[in-house]
Amino acid sequence: METDTIAAIATALSDSGIGIIRISGNDAVNIADSVFVNKNGNKILKSVKSHTIHYGFIVDFENIKDEECFEDKWKDYIIDEVMISVMKAPNSYTRENVVEINCHGGVLLLQKILEIILNSGARMAEPGEFTKRAFLNGRIDLSRAEAVMEVIHSQNEFALASSVNQLKGKLSDKIKKIRADIIYEIAFIEAALDDPEHMSLEGYPEKLNIKLDIMLEEIKKLLDTSDDGRIIKEGISTVILGKPNAGKSSLLNILVGEEKAIVTDIAGTTRDILEEHVRLHGINLNIIDTAGIRNTEDTVEKIGVEKAIKYASDADLIIYVVDASVGIDDNDRNIISLIKDKNVIILLNKSDIDNVVSREDVEILLENNFSEQEYKKNISIIRTSTKDIFTNEGIDEFEKVIQNMFFKGRIKNNNEIIITNMRHKEALKNAYESLNMVKKSIDDGMQEDFYSIDLMSAYSELGRIIGEEVDEDVVEEIFSKFCMGK
Amino acid sequence: MSADFNNVINDKLYSYENNYKVAVVGAGHAGCEAALACARLGLETIIFTVSIDSIALMPCNPNIGGSSKGHLVRELDALGGEMGKNIDKTFIQSKMLNISKGPAVHSLRAQADKSEYSRSMRRVMENQDRLTIKQAEVCEILWDSVEDNNGSLIKKVKGVKIFTGEIYNCDAIILCTGTYLRARCLCGESITYTGPNGLQAATHLTDSLNKMGIELRRFKTGTPARMDKRSIDFSKMDEQPGDEKIVPFSYSTNPEEIQKKQVSCWLTYTNEKTHDIIRNNLDRSPIYAGIIEGTGPRYCPSIEDKVVKFADKERHQVFIEPEGLYTNEMYVGGMSSSLPEDVQLAMYRTVPGLENCKIVRNAYAIEYDCINAKQLYPTLEFKNVKGLFAGGQFNGSSGYEEAAAQGLIAGINAAMSILGREPLILDRSESYIGVLIDDLVTKDNREPYRMMTSRAEYRLILRQDNADLRLRRKGYKIGLISEEQYQKLLKKENMINKEIERLKNTYVGANSVIQKFLEKNGSSPLKTAVSLAELICRPELNYELLYDIDADRDEFSLELCGSKKLPADVIEQVEIEIKYEGYISRQLKQVEQFKKMEKKVIPEGINYDDVSSLRIEARQKLKEFHPISVGQASRISGVSPADISVLLVYLEHYKNKFEG
Repeated sequence: METDTIAAIATALSDSGIGIIRISGNDAVNIADSVFVNKNGNKILKSVKSHTIHYGFIVDFENIKDEECFEDKWKDYIIDEVMISVMKAPNSYTRENVVEINCHGGVLLLQKILEIILNSGARMAEPGEFTKRAFLNGRIDLSRAEAVMEVIHSQNEFALASSVNQLKGKLSDKIKKIRADIIYEIAFIEAALDDPEHMSLEGYPEKLNIKLDIMLEEIKKLLDTSDDGRIIKEGISTVILGKPNAGKSSLLNILVGEEKAIVTDIAGTTRDILEEHVRLHGINLNIIDTAGIRNTEDTVEKIGVEKAIKYASDADLIIYVVDASVGIDDNDRNIISLIKDKNVIILLNKSDIDNVVSREDVEILLENNFSEQEYKKNISIIRTSTKDIFTNEGIDEFEKVIQNMFFKGRIKNNNEIIITNMRHKEALKNAYESLNMVKKSIDDGMQEDFYSIDLMSAYSELGRIIGEEVDEDVVEEIFSKFCMGK
Repeated sequence: MSADFNNVINDKLYSYENNYKVAVVGAGHAGCEAALACARLGLETIIFTVSIDSIALMPCNPNIGGSSKGHLVRELDALGGEMGKNIDKTFIQSKMLNISKGPAVHSLRAQADKSEYSRSMRRVMENQDRLTIKQAEVCEILWDSVEDNNGSLIKKVKGVKIFTGEIYNCDAIILCTGTYLRARCLCGESITYTGPNGLQAATHLTDSLNKMGIELRRFKTGTPARMDKRSIDFSKMDEQPGDEKIVPFSYSTNPEEIQKKQVSCWLTYTNEKTHDIIRNNLDRSPIYAGIIEGTGPRYCPSIEDKVVKFADKERHQVFIEPEGLYTNEMYVGGMSSSLPEDVQLAMYRTVPGLENCKIVRNAYAIEYDCINAKQLYPTLEFKNVKGLFAGGQFNGSSGYEEAAAQGLIAGINAAMSILGREPLILDRSESYIGVLIDDLVTKDNREPYRMMTSRAEYRLILRQDNADLRLRRKGYKIGLISEEQYQKLLKKENMINKEIERLKNTYVGANSVIQKFLEKNGSSPLKTAVSLAELICRPELNYELLYDIDADRDEFSLELCGSKKLPADVIEQVEIEIKYEGYISRQLKQVEQFKKMEKKVIPEGINYDDVSSLRIEARQKLKEFHPISVGQASRISGVSPADISVLLVYLEHYKNKFEG
């Protein structure tokens, strides 16, 4: 069966007390052994019995610069205190060697440990892959075959969807640009090989070397940002919309728990964009507070409004704050036009002050603008005030609505987003290494046809990030960019 | 003579003669290989051609081989095909291309004496036992409905009918109709309904194929003009001579016997004047005027295409190549065109050296019927007609070498199927032929398919220098390689392995002799002892150079092969295996992964509607292509890795369900 070793975070990503990383495959024990020591600093895993559990530490050996200092220094490089269990083939979930590391559950910590394991030779598991292996190795009852296929199917669709959705915009553009540069070089080399009498590779290695440095630099930058967790925003991108002084900033402040946005009674106070990361009982929201939307002559505020409109169009979730104490006006109608096809929570704010706008009023507004089906599917209305939101009752209702959207699959799951993030990082790293191999081939004086092997690996790795497979790309590129011919 | 008497003659006199095992339709490069393979494997074979004088005709470029195509010829030869031997007999210039690049992309190309090539192949065919050559147009495929393994009805061929109405019975038919099916040639405004070189087109077979449920489509290709040598001023062109040391294509040709005087090709260029003439007359090109409906290949564009698509290129290369030793015709490589005759002449005459040229044959474009090869299994048998095989340009490929390779595989598999033996399916990791056929039957090709080295993902191990090591054993098992050739292979393998082993285990220390040797050859001195193999890995050193510090070499070679020096082809393998070991072993690892999926067979009776969770697109594609393995399935566009996972789980389930 499959022989490579896979790893993944096996528990839901939340701030719960404990998280498990699972490794499966021939090298599972060796890989775990390379990152784990017992309390005395000794590597023991290779010699332990199957189905035993051990106390010790995950150590970042890669970063210990000087091997000789290990005995004194390893304690400085501890990542986490863990319990590690070893289950050898065939008596394990996948019928392969399996190691499970019980870590302290923080998302960042789990990611860091998984990364160390991936650097030690494991590959990131595909969605549903543990279950698939369990099945293919005869571990799971046949009657569950259908269910297994369903899992693989849905998880893949989900991962793909979240990956693609997260990648709209800048990152995707950057990756596409690097890929286009790579495929051009491959096509150039290949065209010259196929038609040596028409195209010369004289002086090409030097030129390629310079281009490689630029590509490596670009990928390095992407990798650096990924370390801050910024490569993909970990959370549902959420935008608060509303006309000026509807209470958007108050809502953000309540959710964040500290005063980031300046709250005044003067309409138009938030002229630019504020962004906050908020966690509501395991659900991550990346909230952007925007300038109130209105027709304005103020240049600075105008820019803010334009930005708000743009953010709204990219958002996964929109919280539309309606000022229930004043009537619905043209500004509200403008906003309504922005929320078509979006997941929207409408907050009827300030209903405690003066209840001018009722739920029915909003519904009529929606009905006039969308078909009933459209708005009932995507839009939830909560009648409250920011003061209520702050109470448990209010926040509960707010969360329930968001959760509901989750379970119906209308908003993407955090787990998947973080896993996608790790997957992307792995792919970036592999691409980086492949391009370095090309440089090495150039340095070693290898012939040009050897370059395209590693260029191709880099190309397909980057393709994994944006969900594009390598098919006839090289041939297409050759024909479109170079004149071949007899 | 009464009508009754006539019938008696038809029934009694001829019918016993008309029984064959295999009928091959078309005697081009595919048909010849197919027919020879079947006859050599012991089957009574008949081959039909519209013109016996045009057997193995080269209607376009006057050469065999070239980048990646040279690989195909070598592989064909390793399996027991004829093309390599035939070009070795009839070449007039030979060149190893890409010699400054890595060994994987070295590629042999030979200029052929066209008529000699054709004549020589005809001689081989005429003298082949069990092979009958018949000049006739095949008009109809005859078939029966039979039950297949699953009890459902399937068509099975039983014979062919020719234009006169005569019927030839057979168990297998191999279609190698090339560019002849409903062919029409276009030269500017003039259209003729002929095959290449004005030969008779085959106009009837298409209907018969359509009736059988085979889908045909229309492709297009073209060829440049031929010129009178006496009208060309070669002093204005660069001479392109052949290699000093000639390497044969065939593993059975003795290199010493083919070192001969060669003729040259000539290089010149188009210029802005040429391009202006083309641009000003584009409206008279049938392609740009929309008269041509077939899809042409992007890799050999007409000069019109080049000028339009690559408008910023100031000049294009033009190769003037001889068509043979005993003709004045010269091929104008790089300037194929379907412009009218007057424009052709004006445009050619702007090229340096061609100012006074006389055109012997005009350039023309040709359109023809062919199939989308996704209707075929990788054995090249039709999925919906048992016993019907196809090879060559009919399958949507282009090029003599691509055609010959398919012809050989189709021939072998027709024979294997009649003999009840295992079919020959080469995969992508063992040959360019495998890549070629897999691409043809698995991808939706929209233009005539040409082999390219970039199509072979494992090309480091699919070199032209090791085709014998990769494929001769298979050729021997099939029965197309003689015992003598096979023993030669075993001996070569043994020498290579032993010598590599010795070099890996022979160490040299950091003594003054060695350091001096390294210094002399511009290589850095040793710190510790290393093996000779490690030294060969250094770019500045090689096997020959190391002779000075390799004390055991003479004696070891003497023991291995009876001479102090190992044969050149052995040394070549030893050197490549050692020098590129890192890259090769990485590629072998990928191959291992690849093979796993290739080995997972998809049972013939699979019903994809039963596989829930497959995406609709994937299900449609799988039903359409009916891949034979999970590996092949994974290469169909529109089938995602997730679909493959789902399929794997289903197959496991299926296996248990039916076996258990």
